Amino acid sequence: MLTDFGRVLLFFIIAGIFVTLGLVTAWIVRPKRPYPDKLTTYECGEDPVGSPWVKYNIRFYVVALIFLIFEVEILFLFPWALVYQDLGLFAFIEMVIFLVILFVGYAYVWVRGDLDWDRPEPDIPFITSLNKNNPDGTFR
Amino acid sequence: MEILISLIKILVVMLVLLTCVAYLVLVERRVSAFIQNRIGPNRVGYKGLLQPVADVLKLFIKEDIVPKLANKPLHRLAPIIAIVVSLSTIAVVPFGDKINLFGYEIKLQIASVNIGILYVLALTGLGVYGIAIAGWASNNKYSLLGGLRSCAQIISYELSMGISIIGVILVTSTLQLDKIVEFQHGWRWLILLQPIGFITFFVAIFAETNRLPFDLPEAEPELVGGYHTEYTGLKFGLFFLAEYANMITGSAIVVTLYLGGWQFPYLQSSGLPEFWTSIIQVGTFAAKVGAVLLFMVIIRWTVPRFRYDQLMDLGWKFMLPLSIANVIVTAFIIYLFE
Repeated sequence: MLTDFGRVLLFFIIAGIFVTLGLVTAWIVRPKRPYPDKLTTYECGEDPVGSPWVKYNIRFYVVALIFLIFEVEILFLFPWALVYQDLGLFAFIEMVIFLVILFVGYAYVWVRGDLDWDRPEPDIPFITSLNKNNPDGTFR
Repeated sequence: MEILISLIKILVVMLVLLTCVAYLVLVERRVSAFIQNRIGPNRVGYKGLLQPVADVLKLFIKEDIVPKLANKPLHRLAPIIAIVVSLSTIAVVPFGDKINLFGYEIKLQIASVNIGILYVLALTGLGVYGIAIAGWASNNKYSLLGGLRSCAQIISYELSMGISIIGVILVTSTLQLDKIVEFQHGWRWLILLQPIGFITFFVAIFAETNRLPFDLPEAEPELVGGYHTEYTGLKFGLFFLAEYANMITGSAIVVTLYLGGWQFPYLQSSGLPEFWTSIIQVGTFAAKVGAVLLFMVIIRWTVPRFRYDQLMDLGWKFMLPLSIANVIVTAFIIYLFE
């Protein structure tokens, strides 16, 4: 006897076996002729410059944070939606209150400009003065 | 016996799915050729029908290059995660009601999980890992940036996807996908009850599968190949297959949730023998999924790519409020009519 999640697990295992079999077959069949130039990191044919761990934009982090908040909200909405037809007006009003509280946060984030991907340079006096004396590159 | 039936079902579904994936690639190439006034692949086999076989064979015998600086275990793990996750979503999708074969009554669904929709959402969430790990483990600037972009895009659109699904649950009061399909008998398709939810969900599916108006993770002019820049041979092939498998499972979910799944209006009252009813239901499901897939392919070759800020604006400032408003309006209307 298999439960439904047992079948899902069985599916996962079989999918894993399929993929592994494919990879092992390819490993047996394919040629292996590595040499140092081939194994360098690809950077359009040039030798790689610097470390690949570049400082990427902080906005990715902000997006992830806002995502977390709303994802938790969705998790709260799922059980509510499931039993909503039995609960009626009470559930409706309660959920509207919950959504309004979240909406205030959402509006705050929007007005603050965290949802804008393309933002103007912030005017921080010290950095602006640095940039004036440094026409070649900009500090951020 | 029951385990054997499940096993056979799983093998059949997986083989059919993998074949569909291979032929979807061919369909995509032929349609794109048609749209761009080219001929497309037509040499291998009759009218190019063996092209997918040739492609897969070629991927098998290509050398596999792992860069010296890459994190090797993770570099190997990432494509496996991507493909296993994208195949496994199909495990909860019902592709028919029941069928009587050799005296056994077989349910045409691998697992009727009682939280089916949550399972689908969870697996879309897991799909991010394959891409993020691939981008990180390659130790390449393009891969890292492509992976990051992809993650930000997928989590942004996952929100509107989840909230659109809440509209469906409000109407049907169940999380089980087969119950949702049963709810849509006759013409009670959820696309008619949830038109806005359908649009936001469908757009989110495009973004989740990295299809063209949203294919920024691998925007060739900027990021070379995105997260799979450093992948060659079969590992690249696995990412490629995962993308197309995602398309198929995604459109299967769209069909299940909004387009009536395997329901064929007035079929149950037509008095056909039970066996043929089941066959027609499976055929209906396949036809609907095929139509959605064709639509996705045509969209890819007719709409230009978004800019990244446009993508984020659409996700956060338009789709999210729209889907939340859809939930509130749906709840209010249900309250009025109950």
